[in-house]
Amino acid sequence: MSAQDPVLARLVDQVNSARSRRAPLDIRGGGSKTFYGEAAVGEPLDVTGLSGITSYEPTELVVTVRTGTRLDDLEAALEAHGQCLAFEPPRFAPGGTVGGMVAAGLSGPARASAGSVRDHVLGVTLLNGRGEILTFGGQVAKNVAGYDVSRLMAGSLGILGVICEVSLKVLPVSPSTATLRFDCDEAQASANFRDWASQPLPINATAWHEGGLYVRLAGARAAVAAACTRLGGAQLAPEQAKSWWSSVRDHSAEFFAIGAAGLARGESLWRLSVPATAAALKLPGQQFMEWGGAQRWWKTLADAGQVRSAAARVGGHATLIRGADKSNGVFAPLSEVSMRIHRGLKQAFDPLRLFNRGRLYAGL
Amino acid sequence: MNTSLRPAPPADAHREQRQKDVVAALREVLPREAILFRHEDTVPYECDALTAYRASPMVVVLPETEAQVAAVLKICHQMTVPIVARGAGTGLSGGAMPHRSGVILSLSKFNKILNIDPASCTAIVQCGVRNLAISEAASGYGLYYAPDPSSQIACTIGGNVAENSGGVHCLKYGLTLHNVLRVRGFMVTVSPWNSAPEALDAAGLDLLPIIIGSEGMLAVTTEVTVKLIPKPQSARCIMASFDDIESAGAAVASVIAHGIIPAGLEMMDRAMTAAVDAFVHADYDLSAAAILLCESDGTPAEVAEEIARMEQVLSAAGASRIEVSRDEAQRLKFWSGRKNAFPASGSISPDYMCMDSTIPRKRLAEMLRAIQQMEIKYNLRCANVFHAGDGNLHPLILFDAADADQMRRCELFGADILETSVRLGGTVTGEHGVGIEKLNSMCVQFSAAERAQFLALKQAFDPLELLNPGKVIPTLHRCAEYGKMHVHRGMLPFPELPRF
Repeated sequence: MSAQDPVLARLVDQVNSARSRRAPLDIRGGGSKTFYGEAAVGEPLDVTGLSGITSYEPTELVVTVRTGTRLDDLEAALEAHGQCLAFEPPRFAPGGTVGGMVAAGLSGPARASAGSVRDHVLGVTLLNGRGEILTFGGQVAKNVAGYDVSRLMAGSLGILGVICEVSLKVLPVSPSTATLRFDCDEAQASANFRDWASQPLPINATAWHEGGLYVRLAGARAAVAAACTRLGGAQLAPEQAKSWWSSVRDHSAEFFAIGAAGLARGESLWRLSVPATAAALKLPGQQFMEWGGAQRWWKTLADAGQVRSAAARVGGHATLIRGADKSNGVFAPLSEVSMRIHRGLKQAFDPLRLFNRGRLYAGL
Repeated sequence: MNTSLRPAPPADAHREQRQKDVVAALREVLPREAILFRHEDTVPYECDALTAYRASPMVVVLPETEAQVAAVLKICHQMTVPIVARGAGTGLSGGAMPHRSGVILSLSKFNKILNIDPASCTAIVQCGVRNLAISEAASGYGLYYAPDPSSQIACTIGGNVAENSGGVHCLKYGLTLHNVLRVRGFMVTVSPWNSAPEALDAAGLDLLPIIIGSEGMLAVTTEVTVKLIPKPQSARCIMASFDDIESAGAAVASVIAHGIIPAGLEMMDRAMTAAVDAFVHADYDLSAAAILLCESDGTPAEVAEEIARMEQVLSAAGASRIEVSRDEAQRLKFWSGRKNAFPASGSISPDYMCMDSTIPRKRLAEMLRAIQQMEIKYNLRCANVFHAGDGNLHPLILFDAADADQMRRCELFGADILETSVRLGGTVTGEHGVGIEKLNSMCVQFSAAERAQFLALKQAFDPLELLNPGKVIPTLHRCAEYGKMHVHRGMLPFPELPRF
């Protein structure tokens, strides 16, 4: 990516202007995830002009894309070649961008088997807080030249700089998929997740909610067919399965919404990331489990302290996704050592604290 | 390379006094036998598997507990003594080469598997546990640890974390990063530190990818939680022969284009298959210009389906011969050749230098042609083995280190390969790390601002620059000098300066 690029040059100018005034900048893509994280402050820095696929060669299993590109455009381009983003990034609303996907670092139902956004980032071009355009990583899957800065960007919420271009590992769409449904309670679902995890089954995604366990198989035809026979359950029709998993991935399923009445009651949606085999969490409200038990969504009236300690007790952490009250922080508090490293990294990339100030943690 | 005792380096009064002081401080926290400082005791630590580069460490410590590691770090921090952590010393880029005024923190006694949990498919192991030992311990549960660097019988998981090691199966199963859930250890300031809980992600910035592959520059790792996966029920491997390297390179792209992700996809040229076959009799087709090893694993039905598709694609890509392993013994035989590529090269040449760049797959044939030209230019032979599926090259330059001119030509040959790789859109190191070996090539791959950003990142973890100083990220000064050297390739100014 060249500094001569007119859109990039404008962004550099805007960053340099903000530097001279020490004015915070709010990096903006498609706005599909503005609800996520702490409140945004500062002058808007619109990156949607940085759009387009820079290079895509299906045989290299890599796509390089400017980060203002709409995620749905990227996915359509991959689909035309029978490939996909295996980590199924959520698309909470139309218009979400590739940059937002990387910065938010959220992955969908296939995460436990296919890996996360981070795992698929191969390289980035970054505009840092000194107004410099830097490239890290590359377009190859194996690369250990220098620190892995590109993967650090996944989930950074833009606090280290503007992600201008990213190279992502892409994978072929599985030749065959099937979704099975089982009626069972949470304990049985957890036991099944555990049993299946240690067997060579082509499990691509799992979920459990209100007595229904869903498992998606993906892989070679023979493997999927054999697993269907072995596991039993009721097989969903392909279209029904597709829309069911999309509703989980994109949070369009009813469970993930909090209506006006819920907000008025003080209901919040939390994401608890815990060891997959952690015991059942005792919280009031409703649960939606994914990733073989490693991701547990809770829609609850419990306060932040209660949710956080439930997660911490089993060795996990909790993030507030939706809800009116962010006063206790969106992300789990960091240890002192970890916070020191975070401050050091912020200092290293964005010493004037221009980008997305406070969006991840206060003080960053 | 010769590792026998050499005369001690000339003593330097200041260093001797410093050594006495540091040893005295360390004796307060470690038993006497865990501290080595006499030249004859520290010789084995002078290099890692990049044996051409050596330095004598001031002190070597062999702690056994995390408390002892913390105590050593505390002393080093207080006395500003450089620290170089070391596992099994199998690294190929000099990442564990000692600092002359520093301490080697040998973690070889951290060799316990703390827990294998078949329910969560995880293992918690100390950093000095050997890579293969994890899979052996998990084997009873039908599980294994996927990354399998060729040195897996000896290399440690701590070293794998430091280098983000790959192996022949990482095309399908990922690198160390993709198979490690958590690392635990110490910051140089002695604060205990861990990357995350044992969940799939952590709150805040994801520090795991920064620590993994950081070559001991950011923190000291003492414990690692790894992901275990179910052993595939079956695996079969195809050996496909090609009459020219172009078609072999094109076949690699074609396999991927057909939506197949093989469990392993390796390429060897004729020089390599000849060396390997003489060494382990792997039944390779020695008449082929290049062979591909293409593996499928999974359920027997899955493997049968995939092998049939692979055979079809490889035939269409012009394979002159295709042999599918008929049983497990033959499959292992095919792989034994590949896994012995390095020692086999050692058996046909006094020394070899293994390169490790990665390029886009489609440039494989072009790269091999360029390497053939370099063999003529530098008048040295080169045998080639590639993780072709990943575009990761391991050209092995054969030379004799006792011959200074060969050594010099070998270094230039290596630098030429790395720079060509960068020009073809690749990177100077795919899995072996930068260490000291590829410092100059980092000047070619990264701009001054990018290198400054790396140095700033290190400051966030290690402000005094005590951890593995002088490795991985070249200073601006060094790159400036390399730029000048470059103009006069082959005639280096100031030959007395150390340049590794």
